[in-house]
Amino acid sequence: MQHHLVLRVIAKLLFAPILLFAFYVQFHGDFGPGGGFQAGLIFASAFVLHGLLFDVSSARQFLPDRLLQVGAAVGVLLYAGTGLASVLLGGNFLDYDHLAEAPTSGQHLGIILVEAGVGITVACVVVMVFRAFADHLPCLREQDW
Amino acid sequence: MFVAILPAALLTQLPILQVAIPLLAAPVCVLFRRGRWAHDFSLLVTAIASIISVALLQFVFNGGVISYALGGFAPPWGIEYRIDSANAVILLLVSVSGFLALLQSRASIETEIPEQKHPLFYTAFLLCLTGLLGVAATGDAFNAFVFLEISSLATYALVAMGKSPRALTAAFRYLILGTIGASTFVIGVGLLYMATGTLNMSDLATRIPASPHHAVIQAAFALIIVGLGLKAAIFPLHLWLPNVYTFAPAVVTTFLAATATKVALYLLARFVFVIFEDASFAGTLLMPLALLAMFLASLAALQQGNVKRILAYSSIAQIGYMLFALALASTQAVAAAWLLILTHALAKGGLFMAVAGIALQTGSSNLDDWKGIAKQMPWSAAVMVVCFLSLVGVPLTAGFVAKWSLLSAIFSTSESIILAAVVAGVSLLTLLYAGKVLETVYLGTPDEQNATANLREAPLAMLLVALLVAAMNIYFGFNGTMLSDLSKRAALALLSGF
Repeated sequence: MQHHLVLRVIAKLLFAPILLFAFYVQFHGDFGPGGGFQAGLIFASAFVLHGLLFDVSSARQFLPDRLLQVGAAVGVLLYAGTGLASVLLGGNFLDYDHLAEAPTSGQHLGIILVEAGVGITVACVVVMVFRAFADHLPCLREQDW
Repeated sequence: MFVAILPAALLTQLPILQVAIPLLAAPVCVLFRRGRWAHDFSLLVTAIASIISVALLQFVFNGGVISYALGGFAPPWGIEYRIDSANAVILLLVSVSGFLALLQSRASIETEIPEQKHPLFYTAFLLCLTGLLGVAATGDAFNAFVFLEISSLATYALVAMGKSPRALTAAFRYLILGTIGASTFVIGVGLLYMATGTLNMSDLATRIPASPHHAVIQAAFALIIVGLGLKAAIFPLHLWLPNVYTFAPAVVTTFLAATATKVALYLLARFVFVIFEDASFAGTLLMPLALLAMFLASLAALQQGNVKRILAYSSIAQIGYMLFALALASTQAVAAAWLLILTHALAKGGLFMAVAGIALQTGSSNLDDWKGIAKQMPWSAAVMVVCFLSLVGVPLTAGFVAKWSLLSAIFSTSESIILAAVVAGVSLLTLLYAGKVLETVYLGTPDEQNATANLREAPLAMLLVALLVAAMNIYFGFNGTMLSDLSKRAALALLSGF
């Protein structure tokens, strides 16, 4: 466990701040540059970094593949469900005006929900893509680093 | 019938529900743990989509065009879904094909695809359906690209799930070619946006003549035709198709053969006749390609030893027929193209259903393994006979109605005996490869008597749906007025805008 010690320590230090930064970008999307897609990528990049420097499969203990699949599906459901909710509330598909009493707060709520859906799906799919490729590679032995 | 029952508020939402319900259902399928539940759920969703498409078609026939503003943003600024007679027919074709293909194929899916992949398979199937419905429903050029990609990406995954390892290479080749097609299409749409400042199809149609960027628009036209040509498997761009149809799971082949290339052809017709309004160009460019496709693909079909591959080359030839009708560019000819689209879906869908049943029992789709199979599987063989007759265009089948209207369109448009002779000649080629398959199936003697002696007829559910499609081929042959009425209205909607 002596190789890449600096990188591994830094990666452990950075893991939580990267996740936090992803949430910052997610919610900052309301006021300026940012949003679900970028946030999802940043969130997933923490797991990619972890996978690069440690064992790919150890992250499966707290983020199993099935959870990723469900997450990818739930994100799309959240997006399309928001669209359907505005239909049920009397507007057109994805017309957020109808989601709340006042159109502006409806728009606010709608975009938050939709961006949350994008964020969840992008994060889950990027981790899944990374694992799909990484699983095909043979695991490096300690002395081969 | 449906229109009267539905409340008015729901009725105005039908264009989006047509696309959004399969879109919402696709991720729900991921959540199922059992393939069986995903199957029943997808079947329900395709049934709902079919009902919606029937209601839309009736609504369009009574009241003209439906325009739906997504998100409440009025067109041309927002995304518009626009249903007229031309795409209402395509929506009906896609959703009913999806329903029948799923209804037919539970047994073949269970043998061809590993159990743990079933929920994801149905997810991809519903996404493919969503994409094809979206391409047909949308009135926005960029939105059409998005849906084209949704359907294509789902199709690559579906094809790759085929049992043979060659399904992977077929899917990969389709992925590369399809992506090139999608890229040229979206570059074309981007150029149009640059030249006109709009993406709405009807807005594009009014702005293009006034735009000063004539060369840009010509380049856009070329790129869009190449992109859609790849998706529609128009003759020199058809190379992906035979392997995809041969190695994809049977249900996927049935569904794709009935719908995917036709949706791309519909979009091509929309761009040529509505957006660019340049029918003469279409004639000079597409006519030779159509004729080459009809001849060469039919000749290639004669050379094949695998039934699925014969049918795949036959599809390329039949796409040539549809393109030929579009290239004639008169109202009558475009109506004939729509008739060809509908009747080819009936004939080829039925054929692939019968092939799926026989291939399930024999474990092979090589013609050599099918010698004398009609003794053991008389009903499946009968379905093949009826659908092949319809494909050739023999009187009293649906195919005849289409071929006849194509011939009369040729005579009224160009009065060219040569073109009519070519159409008739290619029908003879069709008869030849149909005859080759049917001769083996009925008159061939198996190499080893024991090999086929204990084979049984296809599972009842598969057989009943295939028989239903075969019956439809005959019904529409006797009663062609409904189909020709639909097609006439579709052609009027494209060429005259109502």
